[in-house]
Amino acid sequence: MTAAPTRLTDELKAGLNAPICLTWEWTYACNLACVHCLSSSGRRDPLELTTAEMRSVVDQLADMQVFYINVGGGEPTVRPDFFEVIEYSVERGVGVKFSTNGGMITPAKACHLASLDYVDIQISLDGADEATNDAVRGRGSWAMAHRAMDNLASAGFGPFKISVVMTRHNIPQRDELAALADRYGAELRLTRFRPSGRGAETWHELRPTQDQQYELYRWLLDRPDVLTGDSFFHLSGYGEGALPGLNLCGAGRVVCLIDPVGDVYACPFVLHEQFKAGSVRAEGGFAGVWNGSTLFRELREPQSAGACASCGSYDACQGGCMAAKFFVGLPLDAPDPECVKGNGEPALAALGVDARPISGPGHSKPVPVPVRLSPRRPATV
Amino acid sequence: MALRPEPFGALAYHYGNRRLNFLRSPQLLTLVQRLGEHPSIDAALDDAGIEPRRRPTWVAALARLAESDFIEEVTS
Repeated sequence: MTAAPTRLTDELKAGLNAPICLTWEWTYACNLACVHCLSSSGRRDPLELTTAEMRSVVDQLADMQVFYINVGGGEPTVRPDFFEVIEYSVERGVGVKFSTNGGMITPAKACHLASLDYVDIQISLDGADEATNDAVRGRGSWAMAHRAMDNLASAGFGPFKISVVMTRHNIPQRDELAALADRYGAELRLTRFRPSGRGAETWHELRPTQDQQYELYRWLLDRPDVLTGDSFFHLSGYGEGALPGLNLCGAGRVVCLIDPVGDVYACPFVLHEQFKAGSVRAEGGFAGVWNGSTLFRELREPQSAGACASCGSYDACQGGCMAAKFFVGLPLDAPDPECVKGNGEPALAALGVDARPISGPGHSKPVPVPVRLSPRRPATV
Repeated sequence: MALRPEPFGALAYHYGNRRLNFLRSPQLLTLVQRLGEHPSIDAALDDAGIEPRRRPTWVAALARLAESDFIEEVTS
């Protein structure tokens, strides 16, 4: 159509007037403490955005024609203004997709949600059986998610999504997970497990094996209706077919994240000072950050292929995921730690013990420290 | 359905089926925006000044949009 055709992905890498996929975490508070939580959630941040600030951000997103927001957390439904803000967002023409562990979705709330115009729901579940799921998400979380799904089904919500972070323990359960989604008339959405947040501590033991990565790739090629949110673009390096989606790192280009206190990061998986672009609380608001941040400008420039320059698959996988590299301590132009050509393993093995970046304290709940009480000396009379 | 102008053309989003389409030229965006003002696709292409030899590409682009319900034929 144009005289000199450029690839769509090249055009997208140069950045857009507004994000296509904007994740907005509404709170760091959470009733669970999943071992892979990318935002190390647990405790509410006392500085989180007020209802008025949330409404103002919605107004800005509406003005920029952001089509929908991906709401997460923490557990977003614990905010007392949860319904108020989603209803306001839908009213302003910004659709809402939110992720939840399901704890709040009672029969009454499910009916309320079913009555809303543009609200999509993703129920997080990380295993096809209780033992596999609860080992990652905590005791009782499997039952909680199932209660929520039952309530949504009874309320006639329609097709919700079941969202799974892929680990070496649930990749073998992919057919059962697809069958579970079918039983509910739900859509299955699979996400790559990245070593972000608390996930940095558990990534080495939970990440898929190389064989599993290939099995998953073949499985996804056969099932274009399984959603992945472009999560597995590093698997394109296998070169046996393209997975649906844009297959590129969208950080700062088509994707970004607003955290509960209004800080803007390049993507949902890089909650770290180095990838902070600004704050919606600053003058200029969200648009000011999206259009003016130095970090975003740099991410939209052509990137160096670095150590991957001589690999024939670079065009397909683009060197993989920035967040995965960063949090294991690899340089950003190194191969993805899970490079399908096997170039990640030697790179990982060569890392020093202190290579991993230092993360802030996060919002994890304090771990109870066992204390021994010694009997008090009886009072003398 | 919403159209958002972008450096490469526009993004089209369908709130009903949640599908996203890329209109990869500003000219296509203008064509789509003015489609409703014309009785036929040919008339719209005439108005947009698209030469006959390039029309099959444009018709194909419109067909893709129709397939995902972004545009539809109006019968009067």
